[in-house]
Amino acid sequence: MLEKVDRRTQDWLLRLAGVAVALFLSALVLLALGVSPLEAAVLLFTGALGTPGDLAAVLTAWVPVLLCSAGLLLTYSAGLWNIGIEGQIVMGAVFATGMLRLVQDLLPPPLALVLGALAGIVGGMLWAVLAGLLRLYGNVSEIFGGLGLNFVAGSLVVYLVTGPWSRPGTGTTSGTIPFPPSLWLPAFPGFAVSPIEIALALVALVLVGIALRGTYFGLRLKAIGKNLRSAYLLGVPVNRYLLAAFALCGALAGLAGWILVVGASARHNLFPLISSGYGFLAILVVLLANLNAVWVLPISFFFAAISMGSLELVYEKQLDSAVGSAIQGLLVLSVLFTQGLQRHFLEKRAGREKARFPAEEEAET
Amino acid sequence: MDLTIFLASVLAASPPVLFAVLGETITEKAGVINLSLDGTILLSAMAGFAVALHTGSVIPGILAAMLVGALVAGTIALASLTLRLPQVATGFVLTLLTRDLAYVLGNPYVRVPGPQVPHTPIPILSEWPVVGKIFFDQDPLVYLSLVAVAVAWVFMFKTRPGLMLQGLGEQPAAAYARGADVIRMRYLYTLLGGALVGLGGAAFSLLVAPGWARQKFEGIGWIALAIVIFGNWHPIRAALGAYFFVALQTVATNLQSAMPEVPTQVFPTLPFPLMILTLLLVTVSGTDWMNRLLGRLPPGIRRVLSRTIQMLQTVPPAGLGKVPKRE
Repeated sequence: MLEKVDRRTQDWLLRLAGVAVALFLSALVLLALGVSPLEAAVLLFTGALGTPGDLAAVLTAWVPVLLCSAGLLLTYSAGLWNIGIEGQIVMGAVFATGMLRLVQDLLPPPLALVLGALAGIVGGMLWAVLAGLLRLYGNVSEIFGGLGLNFVAGSLVVYLVTGPWSRPGTGTTSGTIPFPPSLWLPAFPGFAVSPIEIALALVALVLVGIALRGTYFGLRLKAIGKNLRSAYLLGVPVNRYLLAAFALCGALAGLAGWILVVGASARHNLFPLISSGYGFLAILVVLLANLNAVWVLPISFFFAAISMGSLELVYEKQLDSAVGSAIQGLLVLSVLFTQGLQRHFLEKRAGREKARFPAEEEAET
Repeated sequence: MDLTIFLASVLAASPPVLFAVLGETITEKAGVINLSLDGTILLSAMAGFAVALHTGSVIPGILAAMLVGALVAGTIALASLTLRLPQVATGFVLTLLTRDLAYVLGNPYVRVPGPQVPHTPIPILSEWPVVGKIFFDQDPLVYLSLVAVAVAWVFMFKTRPGLMLQGLGEQPAAAYARGADVIRMRYLYTLLGGALVGLGGAAFSLLVAPGWARQKFEGIGWIALAIVIFGNWHPIRAALGAYFFVALQTVATNLQSAMPEVPTQVFPTLPFPLMILTLLLVTVSGTDWMNRLLGRLPPGIRRVLSRTIQMLQTVPPAGLGKVPKRE
């Protein structure tokens, strides 16, 4: 028992050490650019949480990351690398925009919004299932299929906003005509975030967490992720489960795409790069959370805060906008490495002890 | 367009993709996946350009780019071979990280004019009517890339260490039993492959598209990874894939200027659906639906088609991505 507690404290200390290493490396990058790391930290913090408006921006970024992370928990559990999630967000936004354009003059706004959400879900799902079919029936790795589909979705948006859906008279890539405020999700008074967005994201994460923890579906999904062949031999309908994981993840990503169009602080239109890298960010979140739905919550918030806070840093110091995501990448890499190091030394020690007490080791197993 | 000029321009534009594809082929042949190509190319292109700019010479720039490529690959090797972290996870994180670092650190160099690899026709040979124009009226990196393909092929299939390299990826346990230090050799080939990918990055920023800017070379690393699969982990077939891709790119660039009404963003995206279809083509043989589809065709066409598909099939090294347990 005592050893177990020790192990847990050790885990935490190591994870903190990983974060410290990442901060040190980030400081080096900033120094190379002639920016004081301390000043940068202050800018990052005030940029993220300095004013209620900043916090609203962080929450606005948090929602899509959370939705995508929830979806990715499913695919990641099943051992899938759903790198196509960016395209799934984009297709969600495309379908939602298309539906809203279609029905905005015909139906009352709440109904139009709901139809938009459903269309977004369908769009994301379609793109994810396409990657899934390529993987399952064409042997094309979901990494390449998904990545290719990301680029296709991206250029579809460019085509739409410069072609059929362009603003009258112009063919620019700034996006479609913004929707009227009646089609925006209602915000908290004086705080530009919609309770609907937050609620949807939280509900999605809770449902996924429950599904993975306490249902037959989640158990089988994890079994597939651990060993696809044995799961198949044990009679799990592997292909159906993998497609379901793709479809559900795509659905949540599509919902995120809808929120990126109609959310309280969104731009309320379709524009190129609408997914803003939130899908890839969610992949990092899920990697760090190591399949633990509870940990997704704080990690995704922290990452959203870095993304939004770094904008202040970028603006004040004229840096490239990738500063935030570089820090996020360093964080994930450092924590992965400390985990690997820990296991490496534990295994080494176990190996030494095994050599000394071979009988004891056998008794344990 | 004149065919000679077209072929010469394809060859001139090929070094970045070619070096990247060759490097990754070597790495994967040894059993390691370096998924970070898309970011590694960016970071090494940026580093190569920056160093060349500061030193005023392309050679230190090229060396710096190779060093960066090897460093990223070394990170993956360390994570995978020593710490036994999943290769895809580290590779993907590094793809994003190296891309972001390239943009952040490269910010001061955006659109700054700098040195580039000079055009170097080989004296007498370039006077040859057609062959000379295509092969010997080029830049040093083009000559180097042609030599590299040949050397890689000879090394892999005609030498003892090359046979061992194949063993590393196909049967790591057997290679170990034959006395090879599997882990150390995999480190070596991962670093070597990474350095070649870095050279590809330098070939971008110092030769094919001189200078540094955001989003200039994004996406090409993924294409290179797909070409390695298309190339069936064979240096010559992979090189042919790379030339084919560059040729299509050249055609697309020409089409773009011929068809100004098509949005400019569409052409750079075309390679990606093509990538998916190509991968589908080379992995699809033997699936139920393919067999059923072929079964419906008249026998003559079926035979030709199934033989073509069979010929195109690719099989990854059996030990790719797997790290044998420590003994």
